[in-house]
Amino acid sequence: MIELRDVRKVYPGGHVALRGLSLRIEAATTMALLGPSGCGKTTTLKLINRLAVPTSGCIFVEGRDVSQADVIRLRRGIGYVVQEAGLFPHLTAQDNVEIVPRLLGWPPARRALRAEELFALVGLDRVLHGARFPAELSGGQRQRVGLARALAADPPILLMDEPFGALDPLTRRRLQREFVQLKARLRKTVVLVTHDVEEAFLLADRVAVLSAGDLVQIGTPEEIRRAPASDFVASFLGMTG
Amino acid sequence: MAALLSLSATGPRAVAAADLPAPTVVVGAKNFTEGTILAELMAQVLETAAAAHVERRFNLAGTQVAFDALRAGSIDVYAEYTGTGLRDILGDTVPVRDAAEAFGRVSREFAQRYDLLWLAPFGFNNTYVLMMRRDAAQASGIATISELASHPLRYGMSHEFLERQDGMGALRAVYHLSVGSLVGMEHDLAYRALAERAIDVSDGYSTDAKIVTQNLTVLRDDRHFFPPYEGAPLVRRDLLARVPGAAEALALLAGRIDDDVMRRLNYAVEGENRQPAEVASTFLAQLGMTQHGIGAPARARSLPALLWQRRGITLDLTGWHLVMTGTAEALACLVAIPLGIAASRRPRLAGVAMGAAGVMQTIPSMALLAFMLPLFGIGAKTAIAALFLYGVLPILRNTVTGIRGVDAGLAEVGLGLGMTPGQLLRQVELPLAAPVILAGVRTSTVINIGTATLAAFIGAGGLGDPIVTGLTVTDVNLVLSGALPAALLALAADGLLALVERWATPRGIRKRRITDGREQSTDGD
Repeated sequence: MIELRDVRKVYPGGHVALRGLSLRIEAATTMALLGPSGCGKTTTLKLINRLAVPTSGCIFVEGRDVSQADVIRLRRGIGYVVQEAGLFPHLTAQDNVEIVPRLLGWPPARRALRAEELFALVGLDRVLHGARFPAELSGGQRQRVGLARALAADPPILLMDEPFGALDPLTRRRLQREFVQLKARLRKTVVLVTHDVEEAFLLADRVAVLSAGDLVQIGTPEEIRRAPASDFVASFLGMTG
Repeated sequence: MAALLSLSATGPRAVAAADLPAPTVVVGAKNFTEGTILAELMAQVLETAAAAHVERRFNLAGTQVAFDALRAGSIDVYAEYTGTGLRDILGDTVPVRDAAEAFGRVSREFAQRYDLLWLAPFGFNNTYVLMMRRDAAQASGIATISELASHPLRYGMSHEFLERQDGMGALRAVYHLSVGSLVGMEHDLAYRALAERAIDVSDGYSTDAKIVTQNLTVLRDDRHFFPPYEGAPLVRRDLLARVPGAAEALALLAGRIDDDVMRRLNYAVEGENRQPAEVASTFLAQLGMTQHGIGAPARARSLPALLWQRRGITLDLTGWHLVMTGTAEALACLVAIPLGIAASRRPRLAGVAMGAAGVMQTIPSMALLAFMLPLFGIGAKTAIAALFLYGVLPILRNTVTGIRGVDAGLAEVGLGLGMTPGQLLRQVELPLAAPVILAGVRTSTVINIGTATLAAFIGAGGLGDPIVTGLTVTDVNLVLSGALPAALLALAADGLLALVERWATPRGIRKRRITDGREQSTDGD
């Protein structure tokens, strides 16, 4: 479970990214943070694994205040997937997948076994794809490797920042459908940042709509579709949906 | 490191001499023809008459370098001039007009202040003169320096004369010279500039062979501005105790070389392109002091013949050149890479470090060597220190650029996955920055292989030795026998480091992208 309490984030230089956001994400559910660029959704994500620090307010992960937590241990317990997958170009797909297990000091045999599982989980072949470098994989394959890397140490929480944003529409739809099945199996707490209304409604149990640092509506996809809380939400849904 | 520096302090010649039982005398020379010839004469009489093993440290860059080297014990003897001793070293401002008085004064003062001894003068007075083309002087009716005063002519003076206390500044004041234009130039260039009518007046020495060969007129010093400059061996007192026959050997030269003889010896080297060693041995043979091991005069050798003849020496010099450059580069890497890593995270430190290294780069090589001399003395330590300072900037800059050039998103992903800053550095940033950092090492090395040739000016040896000697005695082939291997060495280092750079480039970023994100075509389903 993740909880944000009255979180404000002002960047040096004065840009206000969040103005007192409170948000609760129940365990084993998927929350989409939806909104136009600059609304504060990526900032919210980075506050959870402490890549960003709030100006005021508290963030709790599994009931513990992240500002008090050992940041390295915190992050190793949270999977992180970004747009374009963020794979390290100098490492093979398999080495990318094994990064967190290696950081955790797993012995090679255990790492290899886990890599085998993960490649299968995301629909890749370890023998065929594992030895390739990111530049030798397609965009969809890279995104699958990125997901496998995030899941490597079986973290209870998964943060995903526009994970399918850089893919062509067909590939994106296929990966989204596969992800729906995957999350049902894995039962992770997922926070998904997206500006794509369809993607939010397809993947998330609940959707938080953000605008200029404020939470403007939160609810299930049905609730939001049926009763948009404001003209902004209605037009945002209409514009992209 | 310590072993390397102790080796470097003596250089390759001393290594080769280590098993000879004869006492070793290190003879120094300032980097001009006469200094070199006198040094050869002293070296050869020490070899023949005192049975000493002589190490030659020629081409020292000027009075200060040679004198400091003598005081520090890096050399045992070199030829100095009484006038130089008075004005430049003792700092006398009251001119001494009488040669004997000048010699008496330097003898007393040097013995008291520095424990250095002036031995009996060689016999010539090589004072400064001002000279003009004979035709130009006659056309303007100028025969004395006083007559120069009213003509705003173009002056091209040697750097040393411009800097000396009894040099250009004092001369202008005494004679009220109206100078049309004034530039500093290398002494040898000044003669060419005179001949090509690029300048009208330059300074020279009274024993200069070119005064005769280039049809120049010496302007009479009618106000007795220039003090006597008698040449004499300047030695460390401990040399005379350590090498019993040394004083007697050097005394063989006393009074044997008058102005005319000195001018002829200079002409033999500069005008006839003969080697100073051969000129010296021929002269000593005429005096009845024969010298073994010099052999027939080697003149007008073709470049291939010279390269072949010098192959062993060249190999030694190349090895030594590599040791100096390699040591400096290794030290530069040890400092610049960690500093660059630290600076890549702290913009202010980056500014300071790059600024300092940049300033270092703008200091002319010779000046930097001169700054280092008081700290490390003549020889390889100074050269390595200077090369180290030059080597730092390209490596530092490329380390900062390389690490800053790593995609900020990738660094954030690394942290997001739970890497510590150290793990991020080792596993992500350094591997990705490696090609850029190594490119900096490559640039730095290639530059320094070239710069290291200047080390010869401070007695550090290397491939600069034949270059500097060749320049002094105007032997182009000798210059090339050092310059060609140096250029080849730079090319070889460049090629080798390019291979290292390629090898260190992670395979994943070496290849060109071979697929282009088209999932349908490559994903298989």
